Amino acid sequence: MDNISALIAGFGDVLTPVNLLMALLGVTVGTAVGVLPGIGPAMTVALLLPITYGMEPTQALILFAGIFYGGMYGGSTTSILLNTPGESASVVTAIEGNKMAKAGRAAQALATAAIGSFVAGTIATLLLAFVMPQVVEFAISLGAPEYLAIILVAFVGVSAVLGSSRVRGLASLLVGLTIGVIGIDFVTGQQRMTMGIPQLADGIDVVVVAVGIFAVGEALWVAAHLRRKAAEVIPVGRPWMGREDWRRSWKPWLRGTALGFPFGAIPAGGAEIPTFLSYMTEKRLSRHPEQFGRGAIEGVAGPEAANNASAAGTLVPLLALGLPTNATAAIMLAALEGWGFEPGPLLLEKQPDLVWALIASLFIGNTMLLVLNLPLAPVWAKLLQIPRPYLYAGILFFASMGAYAVNSQTFDLLLLLGLGLIGFAMRRFGLPVLPLIVGVILGPLAEKQARRSLQLSGGDLSGLVGGPVAWVCYAIIATVLLWPLVSKVIRRFHTTEVGA
Amino acid sequence: MSEKAVASRVTDRAQYGLCAGLALLGVLLLVDASHIGAVSSSNDPVGPRPVPILLGVLLLIVSVVYAIDIAHGGQGEAEAGEDVDLTTPIDVKTVGLLIAAFLLNALTIERLGWVISGSLLFWGSAFALGNRHHIRGLAIGIALALGTFYLFAIGLGINLPAGILQGIL
Repeated sequence: MDNISALIAGFGDVLTPVNLLMALLGVTVGTAVGVLPGIGPAMTVALLLPITYGMEPTQALILFAGIFYGGMYGGSTTSILLNTPGESASVVTAIEGNKMAKAGRAAQALATAAIGSFVAGTIATLLLAFVMPQVVEFAISLGAPEYLAIILVAFVGVSAVLGSSRVRGLASLLVGLTIGVIGIDFVTGQQRMTMGIPQLADGIDVVVVAVGIFAVGEALWVAAHLRRKAAEVIPVGRPWMGREDWRRSWKPWLRGTALGFPFGAIPAGGAEIPTFLSYMTEKRLSRHPEQFGRGAIEGVAGPEAANNASAAGTLVPLLALGLPTNATAAIMLAALEGWGFEPGPLLLEKQPDLVWALIASLFIGNTMLLVLNLPLAPVWAKLLQIPRPYLYAGILFFASMGAYAVNSQTFDLLLLLGLGLIGFAMRRFGLPVLPLIVGVILGPLAEKQARRSLQLSGGDLSGLVGGPVAWVCYAIIATVLLWPLVSKVIRRFHTTEVGA
Repeated sequence: MSEKAVASRVTDRAQYGLCAGLALLGVLLLVDASHIGAVSSSNDPVGPRPVPILLGVLLLIVSVVYAIDIAHGGQGEAEAGEDVDLTTPIDVKTVGLLIAAFLLNALTIERLGWVISGSLLFWGSAFALGNRHHIRGLAIGIALALGTFYLFAIGLGINLPAGILQGIL
């Protein structure tokens, strides 16, 4: 019951004109950047970070949450109307969604995506309001060694579980951790990896890293392979659904929500696995399996719901443990640190108003998105016709402005270009960027927890593995890292048995 | 089409360059760590050195595993996107011009101010990406630079230099 009254108090905080304006601004900007190719919610939040350092934290977080949810609505519009999904989470939506659009059912595809996202987002946000305080209650008793172990699980999760190649994910993570080491050591005051450059003594600002990797890296990468003939956009009217579409959509929405939320909530979650699982489930359960691959509405409804529910789920580890599991959440965490809050289990205790106002704003933003997206879909689709030279020139323009504004020094712009080239190389060689950004943000925190653990044990390494939670975490890490080896042994054993 | 299929089966040797870069970063971490003073106290028995050393060693291990993966035909999938056409080779000229426009802004932002350097950045980047409406490109650039300057620098107190236009803006 505590949660309900806290949530109601949160609604009370959000329902001020300025906060509602921030939510509206957030969902509008979010939908726009979700529709626009090349820009995503993570990049947008990163670009806005320097501006929001001067804002009231609650308002800035409401803005970010709107961008986060809005980006997913916009992303599904793009993947339905263009057969080239911008982000991995909407790959599955594109399979059936684009087929529906080509068959003249774009309006129904957009409608089931938007309404499904609303249903899933609302249910999942409600789940977040009930699950998150439970996780906090559990996490608040954890000591430094356990916390370190949980961070390490997140590291292994984002680099080895998500993505297609473990070694590439780990390489990306290690580069991020190395960037996190640069600067003066917080305990002893020794310079590390600064190469004697005075501007590096304070470390590299997270804004510069995020903008460099997401914005500059992306702009350079697209420029290198720019599609000279723009992809064809399927024209669409106002989204609507008939009775039959509703009948076929509501169960996939609920099943997608049930799959998406838990996957988002675990520290190695993400939206790719639940959207794919949802697609497979709907294909198996459908009474029209022959329509799959030719534009089945269930194949849009389920994955879209799963996508949104998993996004709400990622806020559980973010708010309860201070662990980001997607890029936008990672930058929201950096924002919290920038305002001087300490993310982690204590956040809910120290800043309850902030946390509950954020959750309440998610409900409001989600409702705004439905109102904004159903009638305005044709307008959003027009954004896809923006001339590409102006779009990517604009990204570089805002990236340079944001990075310069952090410390007002030219050096940061050179750093930004260097990081942009790293981002370019990562896209060229298929290295995922999420582990890098998580490494930069959580690396220093992990080191702090490790040193605190060893301080308690007087330098004895046994101090790193205290308590059953840590044991479970290390067992998970060992299983994930050693799995390819184990499966190879099993397979070899199997084949020799069959051979004999 | 068949030519492309053959090309994709050949090992992408440029990947070894990335491995070398990772190994180099590892060595750099180890060398740098050896120069850090071994400060430790009862307060902090670990000191500042172990983490960079650990990262350096892990980077060396990962670069070796990565190289083995490439030798076995491992291939990272280049990132796709709405505006990305992966069938074309990397367009060095466009990327080079973009970097030039970016550096021009970095070198002139303090002297000329954001309004001028930002306008040039937008116009130059759009030109690099194939925009040939020079006047329109420059007009959008000036509008964006002026708009951001007044909104952010004057409105929200964010540090953007006025440069030679100090006093005029």
